[in-house]
Amino acid sequence: MALMELLRDYTLQNVVIGAGLLGLISGVLGSFAVLRKQSLLGETLSHAALPGVCLGFIVSGGRQMGSLLLGALLTGALAALTMLLLTRFSRLKTDAGLGITLSVFFAVGVVLLTHLQGMQNASQGGLESFLFGQAAATLRSDLWMMGAITLAALSLVALLWKEFKLVSFDPQFAGSLGLPVVWLEIGLTVMIALAVVVGLQMVGVVLMASMIIAPAVAARQWSRRLEGMVTIAALIGIVAGISGALLSALARGLATGPLIVLSVSAIALVSLLLAPGRGLLWEMLQRWRNRRQLQRRLLDMRREK
Amino acid sequence: MLAALFDNVPLMIMLVGALVGTASTLVGTFLVLRGSSMLSDAISHSIVFGIVIVWLLTHQQSGPVQIVGAALAGILTVFLTEVLINSQRVKKDAAIGLVFPALFSAGVLLINLYARDVHIDAHTVLLGEIGFVWLDTLTLGDYRVPRSLVSMGVMTLLNALFVILFYKELKLATFDAALAKALGFAPGVLFYALLLLTSGTAVAAFDAVGAVLFVAFVIVPASAAYLLTDRLWLMFVYGTLISIASSVTGYYLAVAWNVSIGGMMAVMTGVFLALAFVAGPRYGLFAQLVRRRRQRRAVITHPPSGRPSTPRRY
Repeated sequence: MALMELLRDYTLQNVVIGAGLLGLISGVLGSFAVLRKQSLLGETLSHAALPGVCLGFIVSGGRQMGSLLLGALLTGALAALTMLLLTRFSRLKTDAGLGITLSVFFAVGVVLLTHLQGMQNASQGGLESFLFGQAAATLRSDLWMMGAITLAALSLVALLWKEFKLVSFDPQFAGSLGLPVVWLEIGLTVMIALAVVVGLQMVGVVLMASMIIAPAVAARQWSRRLEGMVTIAALIGIVAGISGALLSALARGLATGPLIVLSVSAIALVSLLLAPGRGLLWEMLQRWRNRRQLQRRLLDMRREK
Repeated sequence: MLAALFDNVPLMIMLVGALVGTASTLVGTFLVLRGSSMLSDAISHSIVFGIVIVWLLTHQQSGPVQIVGAALAGILTVFLTEVLINSQRVKKDAAIGLVFPALFSAGVLLINLYARDVHIDAHTVLLGEIGFVWLDTLTLGDYRVPRSLVSMGVMTLLNALFVILFYKELKLATFDAALAKALGFAPGVLFYALLLLTSGTAVAAFDAVGAVLFVAFVIVPASAAYLLTDRLWLMFVYGTLISIASSVTGYYLAVAWNVSIGGMMAVMTGVFLALAFVAGPRYGLFAQLVRRRRQRRAVITHPPSGRPSTPRRY
């Protein structure tokens, strides 16, 4: 009954709920990102959240969750804009735009972080934890905020479901119908920044990319419809988040963020190999069967001669 | 005299920064031109896994074994990514984003479990400590030389040698992979060699700038150079110059403001990129604006059809 005792633990409850929320929001929004071939946008936006966290700390003068997250959202949006400018008005390609934005914004974050450390502020100790997340320090008040952000993002997805779907699969057709494609794309980008903000506390800026990508890739294996894919991605995200959180509670000194990422990666790997129809092993089996059938038919033909 | 040079701490720091930038630009130029810049991000994260594995096996924290072993982890990332892409289940960008976080997480967990007392803690993994490179020295002949300076110098030489020896082949494989293949140049092998050198550079630069700032040194100077010129060899010249300038200015600004030196150097590469983006001679925003205005005026005063035209408002 050690597990029941563990579940009654207050800190662990917070971590599990937080990880579940993160899995939910990143699974849903990640599905759109992966379908729009913008998987690495999450990586860039999460690194770009670091200077925002530091700015939020400087402005509010303390480790207040609200201002830190607002700062992260702000610099995340700024990074997305920078990337757009770089790729639209110069001959740099998307990958270079992503890499430049990621590394330079992160560097600004590092500079601000060391600046804060130089100020000898007593409560800045928690800031570095945003690199890898600090799931164990999650407070109930943080959970309410993460829950509110998740709820807002999910209701927006539900409200604009048809529009988002069309923009993800056929932006040109969406434009010809008179939909505001640019605004919808901006909306989806901002919501990825929201998912990043939720993930800051749990997995940190460095590992966020896989929370956006892995559940969506895994879910794509199991469903051919967007509805199914988004639902399955959300479920996979939640399962991975919770199992990572529980695993990290089993042994001392195991960081939660990396364990969540490893669980979600394991689920993605299993899905890539085993999913019926699209799984790689499935395909190998099918090929083997086809070959057998062909051989048998050739033998039959020879016999008939 | 040479000993005094090696004892000059600021000079050593700037020199290591400039070498990191130069070595990275040599490989980064091809990555930017090929559209595979984000592979450098993936590689620099994954080598953490390689570094931990090599440490667990040999208990060596630096040296050629460490560099080669960790560089193989970088190649493993690229290989796994290509396997995923070739399975046609996952697009290129998603494949990159699936592989390296998994390897990086495994590396961080292994550090958590087995390597607590080693200097490779999660913090230096990400940020590096270029300000401390002069503490870790090697004895070369009669001189005590910072270890990072030696490893970065060797990597810079290796990269330069690779680029000079295979200049023609690399150029062809980058701009016309199909023709390179048809002529029998094996662009795939060349690309893997390039990525092996990228991983090696990442490992060598690891102590100085960490995993994430390394990405700035690979991509940003090369991209800035790409905005400044159309000639491949000039891209190397510009990239190197920008790396050196970023390293020097970054050092002095960091000292003046008492902030991370490596971080400030990376920020400066971004500043130079912004300058190239706005004021570049041919592809800069300003140049584009001037050219467009001149063209518009030419059209208005000399309309192509010969008919007098009324100026149109846009």
